Amino acid sequence: MNRSAVDNVSRSRRALLRAGLAAGAGLVLGVRLPVRAQTAGPGRTGAATAAPPFAPNAFVRIGRDNTVSVVSKHLEMGQGVHTGLATLVAEELDAAWSQVRVEGAPADVTRYANTMWGPFQGTGGSSSIANSWDQLREAGAAARAMLVGAAAARWKVPPESIRVAAGVVSHASGRKATFGELAEAAAALPVPANVRLKNPKDYVYIGKHVPRTDAKAKANGSALYTQDLKLPGMLTALVAHPPRFGARPRRVDASALRGIPGVRSVLEMPRGVAVLATSFWAAKKARDALVVEWNETGLWRGSTAGQMADYRKLAATPGRPARTDGDAAQAIAAAARSLEATYEFPYLAHAAMEPMNCVMRLSADRCEVWTGAQSQTTDQSAVAEVLGLKPEQVTIHMLHAGGSFGRRANPHADYLVECAEIVGRLAKAGTRDVPVKLLWTREDDMRAGYYRPAFVHALKAGLDGNGAITGWQHRLVGQSIMAGTAFEKFLVKDGVDETSVEGAATLPYAIPAIAVELHTPRVDVPVQWWRSVGSTHTAFSTECFVDELAVAAGRDPVTLRRSLLAKHPRHLAALELAAARAGWGTPLPSGRPGEKRGRGVAVHESFGTVVAQVAEVTVRADASYSVDRVVCVVECGLAVNPDNVRAQMEGGIVYGLSAATSGAITFKDGQVEQSNVHDYPILRMPEMPRIEVHIVPSTAKPTGVGEPATPVIAPAVANALAAATGQRLRRMPLRLA
Amino acid sequence: MPVLFVNQERVDVAASVPGDTPLLWVLRDSLDLTGAKYGCGMAQCGACTVHVDGQPVRACQTPLASLKPGAEITTIEGLASREGKALQTAWEKVDVSQCGFCQPGQIMSAAALLASNKRPTDADIDAAMAGNLCRCGTYQRIRAAIREAAKTLG
Repeated sequence: MNRSAVDNVSRSRRALLRAGLAAGAGLVLGVRLPVRAQTAGPGRTGAATAAPPFAPNAFVRIGRDNTVSVVSKHLEMGQGVHTGLATLVAEELDAAWSQVRVEGAPADVTRYANTMWGPFQGTGGSSSIANSWDQLREAGAAARAMLVGAAAARWKVPPESIRVAAGVVSHASGRKATFGELAEAAAALPVPANVRLKNPKDYVYIGKHVPRTDAKAKANGSALYTQDLKLPGMLTALVAHPPRFGARPRRVDASALRGIPGVRSVLEMPRGVAVLATSFWAAKKARDALVVEWNETGLWRGSTAGQMADYRKLAATPGRPARTDGDAAQAIAAAARSLEATYEFPYLAHAAMEPMNCVMRLSADRCEVWTGAQSQTTDQSAVAEVLGLKPEQVTIHMLHAGGSFGRRANPHADYLVECAEIVGRLAKAGTRDVPVKLLWTREDDMRAGYYRPAFVHALKAGLDGNGAITGWQHRLVGQSIMAGTAFEKFLVKDGVDETSVEGAATLPYAIPAIAVELHTPRVDVPVQWWRSVGSTHTAFSTECFVDELAVAAGRDPVTLRRSLLAKHPRHLAALELAAARAGWGTPLPSGRPGEKRGRGVAVHESFGTVVAQVAEVTVRADASYSVDRVVCVVECGLAVNPDNVRAQMEGGIVYGLSAATSGAITFKDGQVEQSNVHDYPILRMPEMPRIEVHIVPSTAKPTGVGEPATPVIAPAVANALAAATGQRLRRMPLRLA
Repeated sequence: MPVLFVNQERVDVAASVPGDTPLLWVLRDSLDLTGAKYGCGMAQCGACTVHVDGQPVRACQTPLASLKPGAEITTIEGLASREGKALQTAWEKVDVSQCGFCQPGQIMSAAALLASNKRPTDADIDAAMAGNLCRCGTYQRIRAAIREAAKTLG
């Protein structure tokens, strides 16, 4: 079988978009370059975008040319969802992988809602495969049943006698047909109300290896990202953002822009000053030449040091209860001994490789948007509101996203609103139908807000004479992500934002008395979900504190966890396998003279998936350290694509490791101190540990894998550093003294 | 009019193009070669890596005026060397890419490495690739794909 499938968000669409593009838009004269990928790339010219003869539901399109197009309601941002959704369809359709391609769904909540989120289209919470598991398999099975029905009618044989395998419909009599040959006849049949799904023992794709649909386009440069989109007459917009959140332009001096060729307009906006030009470089030079005086009256001018001091004071006082099992305070007071620890977490930037961007074109009664959207429903209504349109008058064309990690699901659609304000302004000035590409520079991306919130966690626990934990008190202090968003009414209850305490309020350990309390200070720093949300901090404080208690009680960290997880078989399975594969309990090979080595463990559930990790570290004489090896075990139900599960574990660990070793957005006088990857470092290849991923076998429904590896690595590393040095690090990022 | 050769095609750059324009934006905005990406704008992430006269350079920090007349520029779209093809095949085989945004730059850096070092050690790979960030964390697979490509090149 030719195992290749094609991702359609690539040059094929670019070629279509370019049709009609006049040649003279560039700054360079002379020979027009043949773009190799236009003829030799993976793109085929739009068969899938033309009306196909057979579209039995919102997710499957079968063309006369025998292509099977799977419509992805979820954003492909690296997590492999295009491949995953196509796998579910192809499995039940019995398609050949080579005939499968994927295209992004438009924004349309009536057809493409996330089935776990109610009437809302969006990608997040590691829910894509979990919420599509039945829906996409049923979509494939329905299409298959109709193809079989069409063949049965054509060949005058009972449908039960027809076989479908690898894209071929056949009968024992020797008759055969491709999907393409049957597509039109199948389209005339009624869509079956009920379909029978395969017995898992018959799976040919699910649980096996299929290559990613976007692998080729991403290796030859033809995969199309928002940054790459070019439309006829398009202008590039850059925005001068204020130095402090919420500042508005008071006076704008654009006189220095005279003489910069290609600059078309300067627009004073509610939250910044936009410059439109015919190229990025012209827009960049113009923006940098703007002189803007900002109105900063009454704005936050705090600093990280002051903010954390305030948080620590708050942590000493009772907060809103998020979980109350028994009387934890009393249990701790009565304990033979008690332990306290405070953990601190800075703000974090998502820092996706592709800085935020979008393209919009506003016509008389419609706004078209091109972007990689994680929350189509939010984006559609936010853009509509700015422009005085109805949400259905906003079309969103989905492109690949160069990472996101939550950022492209902004609850206020921040950069989309910015672009909508620009095209709205242009329209008021009489300019419509001009596509505008808003590009944020890396500095905009890092400084314009929306961070994982800073937190302080104060923990206390009591140990009895046998070293058993009798009481556990956990206080968290940090901004609410959900406050002020459309999700507040669902996710904030009695003053407790569930996403602030997830992983803490859901502590799995069998402890007789547990109190989890939350303080939610208001700070004028925009915050947002960041890969694994609350677990980014709760996994660290809980898993480090359990480790501290193990040391205090003289118990092995794995043994102690095991004794507390008897009622959590998935946690136990992950923990045991991680310990076994890591050689827990056997001595680590020693380092070079002057080096110390250590091993640390952590286990945590997020988004319905349990991950256990064992990290091995080497600490050098100068207090620098390396993470050498990570053994990662994931319990995620049935692994639809095991290699992609491994990839997400690897990537999730690296993402968490960047935060653990160096990630921090800090403030001075209300201003972000970092600006680019030189002062907000991202893990580089020489720092990459060897990662081994093991998947706990399971036949349960799949749970998510995009996020759950991320929160586990920092506590595993901190515990390993403590094991190596005796030094307990309680402030992220982890720096040894 | 400065003359460049981009993916073996002659390009005459108009005198009106400012000399401070980074090569990256000449490629992207003027020549529609968008495989090289903008990631940081300060030569720190490697997403914009292309070859100039066979050497990997960060196109975001390479002003047009700094290029020698007749400079030969290769982008991911024009990568046709044996090493390049072997790397692209290996990239697919290992399923390296996640979001994929950094991968053209990674492959261009790796192609330059293999062109000068047929049998790179892991340390050689780390050193050659240290300037290329991948936020999705595909480094382990990048290493594996480079080793795989080196193997197929014999």
